[in-house]
Amino acid sequence: MVDIVKRFPGVLANDGVSFDVRAGEVHALLGENGAGKSTLMRQLYGLYRPDSGQIIIDGQPRVFHSPSDAIKAGVGMIHQHFMLVSSLTVAENVALGLPSSRGARLDLDRVAERIRALAERYGLKVDPSAVVWQLSVGEQQRVEILKALYRGASLLVLDEPTAVLTPQEAEELFVTLRQMAADGHALIFISHKLHEVLALSNRVTVLRDGRMVGTYPTTEMTRADLARLMVGREVLLQYDRPPAKPGEERLKIDGLWTVGDRGTDAVRDFTLSVRAGEIVGLAGVSGNGQRELAEVLTGLRKPSKGAVTLNGKDVTHASPAERIAAGQCAIPEERMRTGVIKDFSVLENAILCDHGHAPYSHQTLLDFKTIAAHTQQLIADYAVKTPTADTPVKNLSGGNIQKLILARELCRKPTVVIAAQPTRGVDIGASEYIHHRLLEQRASGTATLLISEDLDEIRALSDRIAVIFEGRLMGVVDAATATAESLGLMMAGTRHAD
Amino acid sequence: MSELFTLPVLLGILYSGIRLATPYLYAAIGEALSQRAGVLNLGVEGIMLMGAYAAFFVAWRTENLWLGLGAAALVGAAMGLMMAYISVTLRAVQGISGIGLHLFGLGLSTLLFKTTMGGVQSISGFKPIRIPILADIPLIGEQMFNHSILVYLAFLLVPVAHWVLNGTTLGLKIRAVGQNPAAADSLGVSVMKIRYLMVSVGGMFAGIAGASLSIALINLFQENMTNGQGFIAVALVYFGGWKPWGVLGGALLFSFVQALQLWIQVKDINIPSDIAVMMPYLLTILALTFAVRRSDQPAALTKPFERGEA
Repeated sequence: MVDIVKRFPGVLANDGVSFDVRAGEVHALLGENGAGKSTLMRQLYGLYRPDSGQIIIDGQPRVFHSPSDAIKAGVGMIHQHFMLVSSLTVAENVALGLPSSRGARLDLDRVAERIRALAERYGLKVDPSAVVWQLSVGEQQRVEILKALYRGASLLVLDEPTAVLTPQEAEELFVTLRQMAADGHALIFISHKLHEVLALSNRVTVLRDGRMVGTYPTTEMTRADLARLMVGREVLLQYDRPPAKPGEERLKIDGLWTVGDRGTDAVRDFTLSVRAGEIVGLAGVSGNGQRELAEVLTGLRKPSKGAVTLNGKDVTHASPAERIAAGQCAIPEERMRTGVIKDFSVLENAILCDHGHAPYSHQTLLDFKTIAAHTQQLIADYAVKTPTADTPVKNLSGGNIQKLILARELCRKPTVVIAAQPTRGVDIGASEYIHHRLLEQRASGTATLLISEDLDEIRALSDRIAVIFEGRLMGVVDAATATAESLGLMMAGTRHAD
Repeated sequence: MSELFTLPVLLGILYSGIRLATPYLYAAIGEALSQRAGVLNLGVEGIMLMGAYAAFFVAWRTENLWLGLGAAALVGAAMGLMMAYISVTLRAVQGISGIGLHLFGLGLSTLLFKTTMGGVQSISGFKPIRIPILADIPLIGEQMFNHSILVYLAFLLVPVAHWVLNGTTLGLKIRAVGQNPAAADSLGVSVMKIRYLMVSVGGMFAGIAGASLSIALINLFQENMTNGQGFIAVALVYFGGWKPWGVLGGALLFSFVQALQLWIQVKDINIPSDIAVMMPYLLTILALTFAVRRSDQPAALTKPFERGEA
C-alpha cells in the first residue's frame, strides 16, 4: 500500500501511509484506537476506497470496489467483530457467497470435507455441522480464519484477534498463525497489545493520528520503545500502588443466580465480597456472565436467587436509583448504550443522575447556571477534551466519553464503584488516566469491583483477582502472586485449588 | 350445533378450507421470502388488490385467463420493486412505507375499477381440474383433488420455497442477508441485489394471490375485495416462524376457520353472524400473541443496511 490518504468529514484518517507485507511474514500494525489501523485495512479489503494512493498486490496495482474484488485478489480479513451469521452452521458460513460445485444446489458435504482438511493442517479444530451461535468465541474465530483460508487467501488481515481469547487460546492462535506464515501466507496482525506484537511479528509498523511513525524489525524493539512510538511520549507501563489497606466489607454478593438473554442461567451461585479501600478484579473471557452480573449489581437485571448487600443494606431487588442513593456508582460496559445519551450534550449527560435535586434543579426547574459551572468543573478536573459543554456527546472520542462518565460518577463520592470494561476501546493515554483515577478512589477508601476482559488491566490494578467461567466463580487469588498461566487456566474453567 | 358436524358439512368445510388457503399461501410465502431477506413488506394487501384488479381486467378484456395471471404477476412484481426502492435504496422505515403502499394499492385499484369497469362484472375463471386416481379416493378425494390450477400451484409453492431457502446457494444468501447483512457483504454477497430480488418476488406472489381471488375463486372484482387477507398473510409469516411449512400450517388453520365460519352462516346456526365473521381476525391476534417465537425472526428484519455501520 503506497501513500494511502483517506479523509472522512472532519477527520484525516490516513495521511500518506505506506505499508508492505511479504509472503511468509507476520507484519504487526500497531497504534492506538483512532490511529487509522482499521481504516487502512478496510481499504485493503475493499470496504472503503482510498482518496489517493495505490494498493499493489503481487506487483500489480489494484482497485477494489467491494470485498469480493479483494477476496478475488487473495485478501482475507478476520474482523474484530466476527462477520458470522449466527443462525447458520459452520459449513454454511464458509460456503456463503461461493459458487457450488452442483450449480444452484448447495454442496455442503463437500464443503465440510474441505473444512476438515484445512482444519487438520492448521490446528483449527471445529465441527463443520455445528450452528455458529453454539460455538465458543475461540471456535468462532477459527471459523473466521477457515472462511478466509477456504477462499484461498494468501494475505490475511487479523484485526485485534486476541481481544476475546484467554492467554492459552491466544497462544494456540499464534501456533496456527506461525504455521500459516511458514506455509507462505502473508499475515497482517493488528494489535495494541505490545507483548503480543513482540512475540509474534517479524516486523512492526506503528501508526499515530493517521500518520506513519515508521516500520521496524521487531527484534530491535522493546516494549518501552513501542509504547513510546505509539503514544508519542513516555508511558508508564506499571503503576505505583501502595499496599491495600482493606477496611470493612462494602459490597457482598452471596450465592447469586440470574438468567441471561437466552433463557439459561448466566450467573450461577456467585459469591464475592469487596471491602473498602481495595480493588477486586473480575477476570474472564467475554460472555461468561460478567455482563449479566454487572447488570444485576446495578439493578438492570433481576436475580433469580441469592442476595446482594451494599454497605450493610440488602439491595438484592433494589432499583438503580436506590443503589445510587446507597452510595454505589457504575461505569457501564457499553458506554454508548447505557453510559450516555449520545445525542445529548456534554452538559446534559453530566447531570443525568443528579438533575432531579438541588443544587441542579429547584422545584422541577433546571438551574442551568449551576449545571454549567458544575460541568466546566468536571471537564477541567477530568481533562475531558470537548469543544464546548454544549457539544453532543457522540462527537467526542471514546476516551473522552469514558472520562466524562467517570467524572459524572466519581464526583458523587461513591463508596462502591462497579467498573465494567472501563478502558475498552479507549486509547492508552486515556486508559492511563482512568486507571489513575480508580487508584485514587482506592486510596480514599472506595470499594471497587473492576470487571474486565483485559488481563493486563486486571493485574495492574487489582488487589485480589476473581475469575468467572460460565457464570461460576473459579476462585479468588491474591493479585501479587497470581501468574498469567494460573489465571488463564481458571478462565478456561479449571477451579482454583485453595 | 350438531347439524354442523354432519358428514356433508365437514366435507364441505374441507373443500372450502383448501380453496380459501390459496390466496393466503401465495401472499404469505412471498412475504416470508421477503422477510427472510430482511424486508418487512406491509403493503401485501395493496399489492393483492392491484393484482386482483389487473388479473380480472385483462382476463375480462382479452378473455384469456393466463394473460390476466401474467398481468397480476407483473403488476405485483412492479409494486414489490417500488417497495424495494423505498425500503432498500431510500432506507425508509419499513412498517410505515408498507402502509403507504397498501393505501396506494387500495386507492388506485378502486379508481381503476370505477373508471374502467363501471360496475361489478363477472367472468368464468379457471375451471377445476380433476386429478384422476387421486380424486377417486373415497370420501375426501373429490374435495381435495378437484380444484383449479391456481390452488394446486399454491400448495406446490410450499416445498419449492422450502427447497430454495434451504437447498440452494441463493437460499443461503437470502438467509444470511436477513440475519447478518454485514457478514454477507464482507463475503462479497450483494445485500442490495438479494433484497431487491426477494421483495420483488414477494410482490409478484402477492399479485398472484390477488389474481387467485378474482379469476379463480370468486371470479369478479370489487372494491377492497381482499378484506384484510393481505394483513393476515403478514401475520401468517410470523405465525409460521418464517418457514414455508409453518406458513402452510398457519394458512390451513385460518382457511379452515374461515370455512367453518361460512358454513355457520350458511346453516344459519345460532351464533350471530357478526361473531362468526370476526373469528379469523380474532384468531390472528391470538396467534400473534401466543404462537410467535421471536428467536426465529430474521435478526436484520426491518433494518436497512449500510456498509461500514456496525
